[in-house]
Amino acid sequence: MASRLMALWEWFDSRMPSVAIETRKHLTEYYAPKNFNFWYYFGSLAMLVLVIQIISGIFLTMHYKPDATLAFGSVEYIMRDVPGGWLIRYIHSTGGSAFFLVVYLHMFRSLLYGSHKAPRELVWIFGVLIYLTLMGEAFFGYLLPWGQMSYWGAQVIVNLFAVIPFIGPDLALWIRGDYVVSDATLTRFFALHVIALPLVLLGLLVAHILALHDVGSNNPDGIEIKKRKDASGKPLDGIPFHPYYTVKDIVGAVVFLAVFCVVLFFMPELGGYFLEHNNFIPADSLKTPEHIAPLWFFTPYYSILRAVPPLFNSQFPGVLAMGLAVLILFFLPWLDRSPVKSIRYRGRYYKIALATFVVAFVLLGYLGLKPTTLWGQFGFDAFFLDTREIATWVARVATVLYFLFFILMPWYSARDEVKPVPDRVTS
Amino acid sequence: MKKLLLAVLFAPLGAHAAETGYDLERAPIRANDLVSLQAGARTFVNYCLNCHGAQYMRYNRLTDLGLTESQIRDNLMLAADKVGETMKASMSVKDGKAWFGVPPPDLSVIARSRGADWLYTYLRTFYRDPKTPNGWNNVVFPNVAMPHALWTLQGERRLEIVPRADSAGHVAVEYKWSRLSEGSQSAVEYDRTVRDLVNFLVYVGEPSASSRIRIGVVVLFVLGLLFVLAYAMKREYWKDVKH
Repeated sequence: MASRLMALWEWFDSRMPSVAIETRKHLTEYYAPKNFNFWYYFGSLAMLVLVIQIISGIFLTMHYKPDATLAFGSVEYIMRDVPGGWLIRYIHSTGGSAFFLVVYLHMFRSLLYGSHKAPRELVWIFGVLIYLTLMGEAFFGYLLPWGQMSYWGAQVIVNLFAVIPFIGPDLALWIRGDYVVSDATLTRFFALHVIALPLVLLGLLVAHILALHDVGSNNPDGIEIKKRKDASGKPLDGIPFHPYYTVKDIVGAVVFLAVFCVVLFFMPELGGYFLEHNNFIPADSLKTPEHIAPLWFFTPYYSILRAVPPLFNSQFPGVLAMGLAVLILFFLPWLDRSPVKSIRYRGRYYKIALATFVVAFVLLGYLGLKPTTLWGQFGFDAFFLDTREIATWVARVATVLYFLFFILMPWYSARDEVKPVPDRVTS
Repeated sequence: MKKLLLAVLFAPLGAHAAETGYDLERAPIRANDLVSLQAGARTFVNYCLNCHGAQYMRYNRLTDLGLTESQIRDNLMLAADKVGETMKASMSVKDGKAWFGVPPPDLSVIARSRGADWLYTYLRTFYRDPKTPNGWNNVVFPNVAMPHALWTLQGERRLEIVPRADSAGHVAVEYKWSRLSEGSQSAVEYDRTVRDLVNFLVYVGEPSASSRIRIGVVVLFVLGLLFVLAYAMKREYWKDVKH
């Protein structure tokens, strides 16, 4: 039997050797640093969530109806009458939030250990493109349940494009396919969500991984393991990705799935963060909800949008700031002028800057979930106060800090007092 | 720090507050109390289903509540022929709009948008108000188009809202309830009726909730076992990696 299988494999291998070659290149002979820590789980977890989303999404499309009169009901039909439908739907809704959580932690890892720095600039850029695509994917997908938050969230975001000077109104009309968010919008968002963006996402993922495997993985020490090789040419601090990191990532995946399942089975709405209460009210174009907030993963940018005051009665500055807040990520590899990669060997400046950035980002995210009246008003008037809302001013400070992290980076990262980097990885 | 993070993370869990500032009361519901759910179903079909539907909920799904299909057919199907039908309102949307100004909302997922505490408080805080078109008003939903459908059970009440400043000078409002007529149920009985009804509405909002939790326990147990195996395998492989 075994020899028969071997013969079959040899028959296959002699006709298509790339399978074995690529397996060696990307798994069994891809040498990864042996000192990966907790932060290095999130790359493989992001891939796991992508697979979860694609598979659960395929099953959802079998029962979902992309039609403004039927969409809301078809989701309830999935929740009640489709066997296991509620499970598939909750997997997909929890997966959407989990995707962003994992990706944010994955990106933060890069800020910790300098994974965006040369020679991995392309890996970072493909990563930011994945993040952008994911934002589009989440935005288009969120319209599909056709609840009040779906509808008004889409209305608000499409209207952001309308404030772009000159082309704005036509652009918004082109995106919607109608003068308001309507059936035409729903069907095109459905097409973009289930096929167009997933294809882009998969292509970018392949590019992200190929670019990574060409230069090799970074590690918590920020050392290039390829510089120190043994006699046979293998990196001294490297171990084959398979089996070592496959078995390690399986442990990470099981722990992640346990957390995922706690949310999925015991708190699928997560107190309104993963499924908003108002989204259980069918979309109504005549009834604007009092408080429209996007889902949690968009709120840092939503906060920036709200924080920037209008100029000449135009909201464009806010939209521009929001766009720049995302686009500035592309320039990170060139803004970071530090001679070392890892935070372990960076100086005080970078540590303070990164901590401030994290606080500002989380604070913006929190404020974006709440109405701007959250913390009341200042009790005084001053010439510069266009609004007295405390929360708006806190968001403004946090927005400035968000941008300063990037804008001042060439200065503070170059002048930071760095520690000597060891030759070999530490632990 | 961790505590602060948790506090921030779960802050909106209590987000179902009435916009009017009236404190919502905690609905004392229990998802596995079948007697309460059955009583709630009875109240629902007798008092709600005339105007409101639960158009995504099928009658035969009520076997979840420990009822047989014939029991459902004999006791709960007042406005339907087949047990596989969904719970549609007897009144048409058009009539509803003509009579109340707005069509009564479908109640399939009302417990998921409003929350149990809101419903429990709302259904117990109607009062007589001669200024509204139908003579009823509500504390948590001011000027609601819905009249008090359960008034024969609760009786009629009047409400006086008295602004009052405390010793520190903060102005608070005091709600003074007074009774105009008795209903067929005592206050305690009425609270129980509303509790059962809200319990039922929460069930209707997500009929699969109880199996979700049951399956979740099993899944987590299996993942726990899988963790032990996966961790042992990782340890075994990583023995030969020298640090």
